[in-house]
Amino acid sequence: MSEALNFHFDVDGDDFTSAGQASVQIKKNLRQLGISPDTIRRVSIAMYEGEINMVIHAGGGEADVSVTEDYVEILLTDHGPGIANIEQAMQEGFSTAPDAIRSLGFGAGMGLPNMKRYSDYMNIDSEVGKGTTITMRVNL
Amino acid sequence: MTVTELSHAEGFEAVNLSEGDREITGVYIGDLLSWVMGKATSGDSWITIMSNINILAVASLTDCACVILAEGVTLEDDVKTAAQSKGINVISSQLSAYEIALRLNTMINNE
Ligand SMILES: Nc1ncnc2c1ncn2[C@@H]1O[C@H](COP(=O)(O)OP(=O)(O)OP(=O)(O)O)[C@@H](O)[C@H]1O
Ligand SMILES: [Mg+2]
Repeated sequence: MSEALNFHFDVDGDDFTSAGQASVQIKKNLRQLGISPDTIRRVSIAMYEGEINMVIHAGGGEADVSVTEDYVEILLTDHGPGIANIEQAMQEGFSTAPDAIRSLGFGAGMGLPNMKRYSDYMNIDSEVGKGTTITMRVNL
Repeated sequence: MTVTELSHAEGFEAVNLSEGDREITGVYIGDLLSWVMGKATSGDSWITIMSNINILAVASLTDCACVILAEGVTLEDDVKTAAQSKGINVISSQLSAYEIALRLNTMINNE
């Protein structure tokens, strides 16, 4: 594998019932590439948390996954409200999820901490009123 | 113990067994999805009272052996259909999460 393999997904912000589809698809793609189960698990969980966050907090966005020789990179881009205080958002238990969303089991404030834990590299670039871009890498 | 074997045990009922041969190796209990995402491990039977469609993605990504719906919780038809098409094993029980875990402990350890 000398050139990177790229996968692109539009993450629909209106359709909560199909949220997570991109991550489930990536899981399948990585399995076909023969990547180890542990790595697949880390990539797909980190991506799922980011994907769900775009649906719940940002009205949708885009996900780009590239597989290189050394790592799997997940790039999540949205044009939602942005994150005012990233340090606070990263804390376990911090959540602004509305009640309706919490009743579905979201809003534990564990998504971003999970993304951090399951990736080897993570960067959040966010501007209030403009949107959020998150880059995560899981080493191969 | 396989998921199909569990579905035959007293107090448990099959909802979907697309991959009933999967072996149950552990148990995780929880209803907060990202908590489950962070803690459940491959082969676990995941006991929950959540029944919305998002549990299927969580079960799939954590590679749980099956979802066990506690306290008589049921799946809406569309969620059940999605579980079938995605190959996610689901079992239901009238028992509480605690009682289910106790029975699983006995069944897993008596093998
Ligand atoms: N893409 C995003 N755009 C805007 N705000 C975000 C975004 N992602 C996260 N946030 C903010 O960061 C907070 C923490 O996110 P995190 O994923 O850790 O928890 P949560 O989504 O609220 O709950 P959980 O992930 O446990 O279901 C969110 O409640 C939200 O305020
Ligand atoms: Mg989240």
